Amino acid sequence: MRFFEDIEVGQRRQVGSFTFTADAIKHFAAQFDPQRFHLDEEEGRKSLFGGLAASGWHVGSVCMKLMVADGKRQAKEAHARGDKVAIWGPSPGFRELRWLKPVLAGDTISFSSVIESLRTSDSRPEWGIVQARNTGTNQRGEVVFSFLATAFVPRRDTAA
Amino acid sequence: MRAGRLRLPQSAATIGLPSPQSPIMTLTFEDFPPGHFGTFGPRRVTREEILAFAAEFDPQPMHLDEAAAAKSMLKGLSASGWHLCSITMRMMFDGYIGRTASLGSPGVNELRWLAPLRPGDDLTLDIEVMEARVSRSRPSTGIVTFKALVRNAAGQLLCEMVSPIIVERRAGAAAEQAG
Repeated sequence: MRFFEDIEVGQRRQVGSFTFTADAIKHFAAQFDPQRFHLDEEEGRKSLFGGLAASGWHVGSVCMKLMVADGKRQAKEAHARGDKVAIWGPSPGFRELRWLKPVLAGDTISFSSVIESLRTSDSRPEWGIVQARNTGTNQRGEVVFSFLATAFVPRRDTAA
Repeated sequence: MRAGRLRLPQSAATIGLPSPQSPIMTLTFEDFPPGHFGTFGPRRVTREEILAFAAEFDPQPMHLDEAAAAKSMLKGLSASGWHLCSITMRMMFDGYIGRTASLGSPGVNELRWLAPLRPGDDLTLDIEVMEARVSRSRPSTGIVTFKALVRNAAGQLLCEMVSPIIVERRAGAAAEQAG
């Protein structure tokens, strides 16, 4: 992963893609969000979604999964170059999360991330605070998911 | 504008309600007047489920490995924030969404992870209705904006979320208003 100093506003990164199968949608929904339109094809068709739809929390969790995998790839590359690897801190939260269109069984969602803002932290000088707009786009090019994420990112200067 | 007249006065939304606590009644827009709606839980979160969720969706050391987690900013093993969100969703489902004529949610205005969710925590969910308004584009429905507050057994606030859901109005409510 990158250090705070290596990040610039406007940088875009393709994070990865994921196909939401009916089985995966139902498995997540049965645990966390067993609303009828997330569990049953016919109920999904009758709903506003027009088909078996993934829980919005499933979409968010898959985005996280792909971001972590992408971070590990970046860490591996940095390591291979002999660079120091930045270990990102936790996230204090997010804003403006939008489930813009349903994610239906069989849809493949590609996620990307664009850096929106950078600031340093007065209370935690070893960390910078990065805001990124993460979006998910389906196989038809429609943006289906978007949120403004915040994360603590280590600063190169003070990293031990 | 015609749509403007469909806006319910606050008082009208509280008349003749079925109790939100009634287990069999389907809840509609009218059942969500602004104010405290309910407290739900407790819901125990185990180490096993924290590890299982993290392995699938958020395999970072702070969610998977005790030793690495101890050195992290969160100072100990903690659940993925998305796991906490997903458990909150389940608590909302079990508490009221499961018997609400809900059509889904357009998103989350703001979510704050305030303190880590630890193995063995017992979660309590408080729901406040911040705003309830009739939809202009679909007058047979309303938009109910919630604040969800998730606390552990010590009363520490772990997560705060503000999110709207779309809820059907009581049958005929739109026609009554229009007439």
